Amino acid sequence: MTSLLSVQGLSVSFTTYGRTAEVLKGVSLDVPQGAQVALVGESGSGKSVTMKAIMGLLPQPPARIHAGRIMFDGRDLLTLPERERVALRGTAMSMVFQDPMSSLNPVWTIEDQLSTILKYADRRLGRDRDRRGRRARVIEVLSQVRMRDPERVAGSFPIMLSGGMRQRVLIAMALLSEPRLLIADEPGTALDVTTQAQILKLLRDLVEAQGLALLMITHNLGVVRETSNYVYVMNKGEIVEEGPTADLFAAPRQQYTRDLIAAVPRLTGRVAT
Amino acid sequence: MEFLGFLARRLAWSLLVLVGLSVVIFVIARVVPGDPARMALGPRASAEQVTELQEKLGLNLPLYQQYGRFIGGLAQGELGQSLLTERSVNLDIRTTFPATLELVMATVIIAFLFGVPLGVAAARWKDSWPDNLVRAFAIVAAVMPTFFIALLLQVLAGYVLQILPTTGRLPTGTEFEADITGLLIVDGLLKGQLHVVFEAMRHLLLPALALSLATMGQMARITRASMIDVSRQDYIEAARAFGVPDRVRLFKYQLRPAFVPPLTIMGLEFASLIGGAFVVELIFSWPGMAAYGIRAITQKDLNAIMGVVMVSGLFFVLVNLLIDVLVGLVDPRIRIRGRRA
Ligand SMILES: Nc1ncnc2c1ncn2[C@@H]1O[C@H](COP(=O)(O)OP(=O)(O)O)[C@@H](O)[C@H]1O
Ligand SMILES: [Mg+2]
Repeated sequence: MTSLLSVQGLSVSFTTYGRTAEVLKGVSLDVPQGAQVALVGESGSGKSVTMKAIMGLLPQPPARIHAGRIMFDGRDLLTLPERERVALRGTAMSMVFQDPMSSLNPVWTIEDQLSTILKYADRRLGRDRDRRGRRARVIEVLSQVRMRDPERVAGSFPIMLSGGMRQRVLIAMALLSEPRLLIADEPGTALDVTTQAQILKLLRDLVEAQGLALLMITHNLGVVRETSNYVYVMNKGEIVEEGPTADLFAAPRQQYTRDLIAAVPRLTGRVAT
Repeated sequence: MEFLGFLARRLAWSLLVLVGLSVVIFVIARVVPGDPARMALGPRASAEQVTELQEKLGLNLPLYQQYGRFIGGLAQGELGQSLLTERSVNLDIRTTFPATLELVMATVIIAFLFGVPLGVAAARWKDSWPDNLVRAFAIVAAVMPTFFIALLLQVLAGYVLQILPTTGRLPTGTEFEADITGLLIVDGLLKGQLHVVFEAMRHLLLPALALSLATMGQMARITRASMIDVSRQDYIEAARAFGVPDRVRLFKYQLRPAFVPPLTIMGLEFASLIGGAFVVELIFSWPGMAAYGIRAITQKDLNAIMGVVMVSGLFFVLVNLLIDVLVGLVDPRIRIRGRRA
C-alpha cells in the first residue's frame, strides 16, 4: 500500500522563556490510503503537537521543527510554500476538533460557518459554486453526520445545540470539501460516554463509507480498538511501539502499553447498530 | 422572548437607579449651606422678601414634602421654575440640551470610528510597533485631562493654524432655526441647508475631538484586549485549520465576538462624557447644558440642578438600553439566553 501521509523522523522543540524542551524526538508514522490508524499516548506525550505539525498549525516560534519530513501524497509539506500548504487545509486533509463547546464560533449560525469554510475551500480549489450550491452542500454534509433536521441545525447558533450535535457539526465541517485524510484529535472526550461512543461509531462509518484515511489521536486505548486497524504508541515524544491493533492488544511489548491497556475505561461500550 | 424580558429587567433597574439618584441629589442640593432664596434675591433684599420667596418655593416645608412636590411635578414632566433665568427649567433644558447631545454624539462616533480599528490593529500586530503606538496613545489620552487637550487643540488648530473655528456652534450671524430636533446637523439636513450642516460640523470638530480622545484610547484598549482574548479561542484555531483567510478570520470570526466589551464600556463611558462635555463646553463657548448646570450649582438654583441631573441620568439610561439592544444583535448568546454571559 502506498502511504497517503508519511511522517519521517519528525523532531520538534518548544522554546519558552529561554528554555528549550524537546517535545517530539524523531517521530515516524504512516497512514496508508484509506486506512484507519491510531496514535495513542498519555496526556502530554506530544500527540497534539504531531497533529499540529501535520496540519501546519504549529506556532513558530515558540515551536521549531529541527528535523524530519512530512510527506503527503508524495510531497514534503515542510518545504511546501505557505500558499500551497494553506490550500491543502480542509480540502486534502482536515481536522475534527476535540471540544464541541469551544470549537464553533458562538456568534454565527452553523450554516454561516460551514458556508464560509466551503467558500474559501472552493476558491482555493478553483471550484465554482454559488450561495445556493454551498447551502445545498452544507445541508448534505449535515445529513451525512446523521442530523435529524439538517435545515434547522443549519439555521441554529451553536448555543442552541447539544454537545453531541455540535460534535457532529465539527465532523460535518471536516467533511465539507471531501478531504482524503481526516485527523481527529480526541474527538468527543468532552462528551458523556454514550454520546462519545455514538460519535466514534459515526466517524468509523463515515470513513469506511467514503474511503477516507483516518488518523485517530487519543489517550484512550478503548477508542483505538473501536476506530483503528493499526496503532502507534507514543511516549514522551517518541513512538515506542506500533502494530496492527489486534496484535497490540493481544501481545503488548512495552510496559507503557500494558499500563495504557490497563487504564482503558470500561465505559467505551459499543453502540448497538 | 427571553431577550425582551432581559431588556425589561434592565430598564426597571435603571429607573430604580434614577429614582435613587434623584433622592441623593435632591438631599445634597438642599443640605449644603447657603439659602437659595437669599442667593437669588441678592444681599440687599429684605428679610420679608426672602421669607416670601422661601415660602413660594416651599423651602420651609419638611424635606420629604418638598421631594413629594418635586416628584409630583416630574410625573407630569414639569421641572419647575429656574430662579436664575426666571423661566421654566423645561424650556432652559430644551434650548441647551441639544447642543450637549450633539457634542456627545459626535464624540462617541469619533471615539468609536477610530478607537475600535486602532484596537483591532493593535491586536493584529500584537507586540510590534502598531501595538506599541496604540498602547502609548491610549495611556497618554487617558492621563491628559480633558481641559488640557481642549486648550491644546484650541490653540493649535484654532489660533496657530487657524483652520477651524474655536467657539460656538455656528458662525455668528448665521440665520438658522434648529426647531426640529435641536441638533444642527440633523435639522440642517432635514431642511436641506447644507451650508449649515457643513458649518456645524466644522464647529463640532475640535470640541468633539478634545472630548473623544480619552474614550477613543479606552475603546482601543478594550477592543485590543477583547480581540486578543478571542484570538486564543479554539474556534479561531479551527477557522485557521480550515483555511479561512486571515482577513475574514480577523473581522468575521474575531471582531464580532470581541465587540461586546467595547460596546458595553461605551455605554458606561457616557457618564464621564457628559461630565467631560461640561468642561469642553466652557472652553469652546459651546451653548450646552454645562454653563447652565454649573451656574445652577454655584447659585443653588435647586430646580435647575434637579433638571440637569435628571435629564443627564435619563439620557444615560436610554443610551445603555440602546446598547443592550445592540449587544443582543451582535451576540446571539445574550439574545437567546436573555442575560449576559
Ligand atoms: N504552545 C506550546 N508552548 C510550549 N510548550 C508546548 C506548547 N504546546 C505543547 N507544548 C508541550 O508539548 C508537549 C506535548 O503536548 P501535546 O502534544 O499537547 O500533548 P498531548 O499528547 O496531550 O496532545 C507538552 O509537554 C507541552 O508542554
Ligand atoms: Mg492533546
